[in-house]
Amino acid sequence: MEPMTPARPPVRLHIVTGKGGTGKTTVAAALALALATGGKRVLLIETEERQAIAQLFDLPPLPYEERRIALAPGGGEVRALAIDVEAALMEYFAMFYNLGFAARTLKRLGAVEFATTLAPGLRDVLITGKIKETVTRGGEKPMYDAVVVDAPPTGRVVTFLGVTVAMADLARRGPIHNQASGVSALLHSAETAVHLVTLLEDMPVTETIEAIGQLKEAELPVGSIIVNQVAPARLPDKLLAEAEAGTVDTAALRRGLAGYGVTAAGATLTAFADVIRRYAEQSADRARCRAELAATGLPLLDLPASPTAVELGELYELAELLVAEGVPA
Amino acid sequence: MTKPDGTPSGPASGTAREPATRFDAGALLDDPATRIIVTCGSGGVGKTTTAAAMAVRAADAGRTVAVLTIDPARRLAQSLGLAELDNTPRRVDLGDAARGELWAMMLDTRRTFDDMVSAHTSPERAAQIMANPFYRSISSSFSGTQEYMAMEKLGQLAATGTWDLIVVDTPPSRSALDFLDAPQRLAAFLDGRMIRLLAAPSRGVMKLVGVGFTLFAKAVTAVIGGQMLTDAARFVQLFEDMFGGFRARAETTYALLRDPGSSFVVVATCQADALREAAYFADRLTSERMPLAGLILNRTHPPLVELPPKLDVSALEAAEADPSKAKSAVLARAALQLHTNQVALHVEELRMRARFEGARPEIGVIPVPALPTDVHDLAGLRTLATVLAP
Repeated sequence: MEPMTPARPPVRLHIVTGKGGTGKTTVAAALALALATGGKRVLLIETEERQAIAQLFDLPPLPYEERRIALAPGGGEVRALAIDVEAALMEYFAMFYNLGFAARTLKRLGAVEFATTLAPGLRDVLITGKIKETVTRGGEKPMYDAVVVDAPPTGRVVTFLGVTVAMADLARRGPIHNQASGVSALLHSAETAVHLVTLLEDMPVTETIEAIGQLKEAELPVGSIIVNQVAPARLPDKLLAEAEAGTVDTAALRRGLAGYGVTAAGATLTAFADVIRRYAEQSADRARCRAELAATGLPLLDLPASPTAVELGELYELAELLVAEGVPA
Repeated sequence: MTKPDGTPSGPASGTAREPATRFDAGALLDDPATRIIVTCGSGGVGKTTTAAAMAVRAADAGRTVAVLTIDPARRLAQSLGLAELDNTPRRVDLGDAARGELWAMMLDTRRTFDDMVSAHTSPERAAQIMANPFYRSISSSFSGTQEYMAMEKLGQLAATGTWDLIVVDTPPSRSALDFLDAPQRLAAFLDGRMIRLLAAPSRGVMKLVGVGFTLFAKAVTAVIGGQMLTDAARFVQLFEDMFGGFRARAETTYALLRDPGSSFVVVATCQADALREAAYFADRLTSERMPLAGLILNRTHPPLVELPPKLDVSALEAAEADPSKAKSAVLARAALQLHTNQVALHVEELRMRARFEGARPEIGVIPVPALPTDVHDLAGLRTLATVLAP
């Protein structure tokens, strides 16, 4: 993989999205570890109040504070923040005023409910606002070298990232307008990259391509496509093409199996041949999916498949692979 | 990160027992008393495809079925080979094989909201509401409205009496529970004191300022911005006479879901997150006294080949130690690697399933093996339907 366009200022805010089930939380965590490698400090943000990061790192539920959850190779560290919307709302009010009394009143009157129920998009405003705060904290000497966001899924990510644009329109003046404009500016800047996690399957690929179109339309900066759960190649091209066309040399297969102690005849031999045919069909589908993704012109990064749920050790392996493939920096 | 050699194939390989509880989806779909089926589950588990397959199966069997999907990626459209779905159910051509009818639609959130407003007020007031910036935001750009409108649309379709079965796909929410909570959240919102303060007739923000809320109102106005609060208050005033109607409708729809004719089908894949979400949802349905028909365990991977225990492991070790590039060796090695991977996956899936069933033995489960390729046409949906309901 070639390094990313060198002229670009370094990306500090990585937004990771993907269709449900593609492993975006795992990829976001691996990316955070990869970015922290070599002594960097990285913040990993959870936006959906699911405690998915805690589960992945095998930790008790994370509170609404930045805590170290992992050390990265070479002295780096990953901190995590699970955003709590109600707490973020109180923080939001406190940001503009010293609202000791008013914040309590607002809480008692159901302001949180008001805000997040009347306009559920306010959740997104609060979350993106908090994200911006962590990215810009420390000014010239930023607190974090990078911030990685486990963002809402592809179906919702453009609304999520675009909410501040709508918000800036809605609140035409005042602190909220200014704040929303600031968040919107960061999200649309070269400091931000939206990465899309996908599998080599039709529906995730279709959604990924649709989301890329929507992101571009909203002028949000698209980073890389991360292809997750890539199966290793098991057959040379020639045999693969034959099998895809339906031809498997069962006599050779039977001989080969016999050489390894498996006597396969009749139904068992047919089933083994089907295993190969099915693999070849899937390989062809996957190749087609990959070609569609490549046609977007975006960089593709591969991560390998794991037959079981990803464990902590494997996260580090995924992070190493991302480092080797060239993490967008 | 595949572990072709690290995973013991153990006694579960090939010889695993099918747990006893099965969910009979065929009987559910064929039963004329079943009027509404809601498919739910976390994102990416195959809800839309499952909903479409169930609808096709019921229509093939002679029922008049509508399938309602709420999905920005238009997956159902793809599954049904339709170029476009809109806010009204359209007839799907099922060919000569079908004895019933299938109608499909995709929810247009904004239009459903607009229609609901129009149905509850005068044209003049509807126009004022639709021009309000606050309304425009909540009806289109803010997430969460989708769930409200999905429930509203379900209520509308059910009220027509046109279909003897409505299959509803749920929005790709963070959580399956969002869908269930939407109408309640609306009702809770209407009960909120804040909104009543804002909505106090002919007073709105100005009145708040005058009655001892000065500090509070100043803070709110300063933070939110006067214009936005004025828009919000105006919106609430315009909406006031409709709230009763909205709330009554939300409650009717909620009651509809408790009706004996309604069933929930939870869809999950054999992954910890999806099964956890399914378990939460099952518990929630039970506490709401809503009928859970069963769990569809989607995309399982039973091995195609059955080998005696341990043989696959020893054979794979022999194959991987053998450097031969002969065709027979290459084919056999690939076959054994693929088979062993599948066995490892299957063992893991059985373990996940056993854990779920151990905790919730009353829930019937249908495992649905992964099809070799994605379902994106009618034939694929029918194949899936025969697996779901043999």
